[in-house]
Amino acid sequence: MSAKDVVTPPTARVVHSTLSSRIGMTFWIVLTAVLVALPYWGDRQMMRLATEIYSFVALASLWNFLAGYAGLVSVGQQTFVGLGGYTLYLCALWAGLNPMVGLPLAGVIGALISVPIVLLLLKLRGAYFTIGSWVVAEVFLQIFQLVPAVGGGSGISLPATVVQSIASSRSGRESLIYWVFLALAVAVIGVIVLLLRTRYGLALQAIRDNETAAKSNGIDVNRARMVVFVVAAAATAMVGSMVFLQKLSITPFSAFSINDWTVNMIFITVIGGIGRVEGPILGTVIFFVLREFLADLASTYLIILGIVAIGVMLKAPKGIWGYAADRLGWQLFPLARHLVGGAGKTDSRALGVPAAERAKVPSPT
Amino acid sequence: MELIHVIIQGVLLGGLYALFAAGLSLIFGVMRLVNIAHGDLIVVAAYMAYFTMQALGVGPFMSLIVVVPGIAVFGYALQRGLLNFALGDELPPLLVTFGLSVIIQNVLLILFTHDSRRLYAGPIEMASWKFTPDLSVGVLPVIQFAVAVAVIGGLQLLFYRTTLGRSFRATSDDPEIAQLMGIENRHIFALAMALSLAVVAVAGVFIAIRTTFNPFYGPQLLIFGFEAVIMGGLGSLWGTLAGGVLLGLAQAIGGQINVGLPFTAGHVAFLLVLIVRPQGLFPKVSV
Repeated sequence: MSAKDVVTPPTARVVHSTLSSRIGMTFWIVLTAVLVALPYWGDRQMMRLATEIYSFVALASLWNFLAGYAGLVSVGQQTFVGLGGYTLYLCALWAGLNPMVGLPLAGVIGALISVPIVLLLLKLRGAYFTIGSWVVAEVFLQIFQLVPAVGGGSGISLPATVVQSIASSRSGRESLIYWVFLALAVAVIGVIVLLLRTRYGLALQAIRDNETAAKSNGIDVNRARMVVFVVAAAATAMVGSMVFLQKLSITPFSAFSINDWTVNMIFITVIGGIGRVEGPILGTVIFFVLREFLADLASTYLIILGIVAIGVMLKAPKGIWGYAADRLGWQLFPLARHLVGGAGKTDSRALGVPAAERAKVPSPT
Repeated sequence: MELIHVIIQGVLLGGLYALFAAGLSLIFGVMRLVNIAHGDLIVVAAYMAYFTMQALGVGPFMSLIVVVPGIAVFGYALQRGLLNFALGDELPPLLVTFGLSVIIQNVLLILFTHDSRRLYAGPIEMASWKFTPDLSVGVLPVIQFAVAVAVIGGLQLLFYRTTLGRSFRATSDDPEIAQLMGIENRHIFALAMALSLAVVAVAGVFIAIRTTFNPFYGPQLLIFGFEAVIMGGLGSLWGTLAGGVLLGLAQAIGGQINVGLPFTAGHVAFLLVLIVRPQGLFPKVSV
């Protein structure tokens, strides 16, 4: 097929789904249905583990959205995890608000605070952005340690009455919290998929592939990055608020810990596949499987994760999912952009569609 | 008098930060590698010094005779064996050195536990010069500052007066053309890493005399080094010294206001410089 064939037929339109994405979507829908019903077929321990998994799926997906799509490699996402946690606690303690009201408020606070932060950090490029985001997180860590009103260095605990206000029975509470976690994970992935299908998504992929070329095509790179940063901050804060609701106490060190939050987000995403929506989901599964085997050896576990992440970064920079998808042409979400012409002619390559969607074209790597 | 004392302390401390920063800045300048594991390598140097002192019964400064070549060889091997493969794009070097940082911290934890250690330099730690009854300056901080200035001056000479320095600058300007001119980039990059870690060794010994260290002390040192580099302006070694001094001053003044504040004050100074002058105080290359 020559380039002439694809010169915009009048009735051309963009099609996102492929056979694999239809299979993928069916899989996700069935999986979600099974997981929604988990409180009825699973035990308490299973639900607890599942909420942890959902929180990392959401957090890593958001980090991937930042780093893999907007090129913003932040190591300061713990800022928003911590702010979300503190927002929920302080709303409950100061205003007596139900944690389920604190949850959306955490998102609002996360978004509001992220605006000045991103305006500042976007003055920095590449690795300097990375370190800058870390410095910001350190500032929050130190401020929260110094302010007695938020408990200072020893932090605050959540009174039992606050927890009981969620639902009267213990199993009711646990089910509700479980569903909120699941909803957050599904919503995060859903919002990312929907955003990627809009013009913003196309802009983001253009920025990721070549920033200069994207700029010269009229994309407002900084604005696109700001939107991603604020969305990611709001959602990260909401997840953070739920994580700390389960922990029942919060300290500046647990809230703004790079090791507890951002390190894991990065390892999960890099191993699973950076720049792919499926990547962090697969990465989280691998992360938890490895952890089951190495639970008693925290340091060894991190060393192994580090080695695996470095190996993946060097040998398959798009992660395990990216490696497989490039070869098999799979996508589990309808994200590809195929131009379907009036004469029924299609050429996915003409639109610069990512390699995954160029089915059956052998990749040089 | 109190204020003068604080300022002197801050400036002298800044020399140490400039040493952290010089190693970072060198690597970034030559190969555009941002080494997230830099702080952890400083801690590795401190542990090497600690065990060299025990094994040979020498003081911390004498231990450098072993530590400097030891860690330089390690740096050369690290670059040739791993980091050279991560160069090129923006993402891999960041994420590979990030992984390396986590690995180093946890290996140190397994080997040496969470215990805090310090290097003891003997009576020199307490020695000071008394200028007036109120104003005395510690001998060690002065030595530390003098060494920092000497190291940065030495690097400057090396960069602009030697063949190796010319190779560094050539690969920095255009790695492909440098390669065509007969420079072997992989080797040059590894030499740059070796040199960076040699500087790191000196910095590691000084910081470990000043404060206690443990396996997780590295990231904080990395942040200080970075703040100094960015405040000073990219690509200028003397600018890096100025950035270090500014950071030291901010921390000293912050610490004077509230004992909990020094690091926050340093971070705030850094963020302020970013707002007012994102290219740093003495930029050599435009960002």
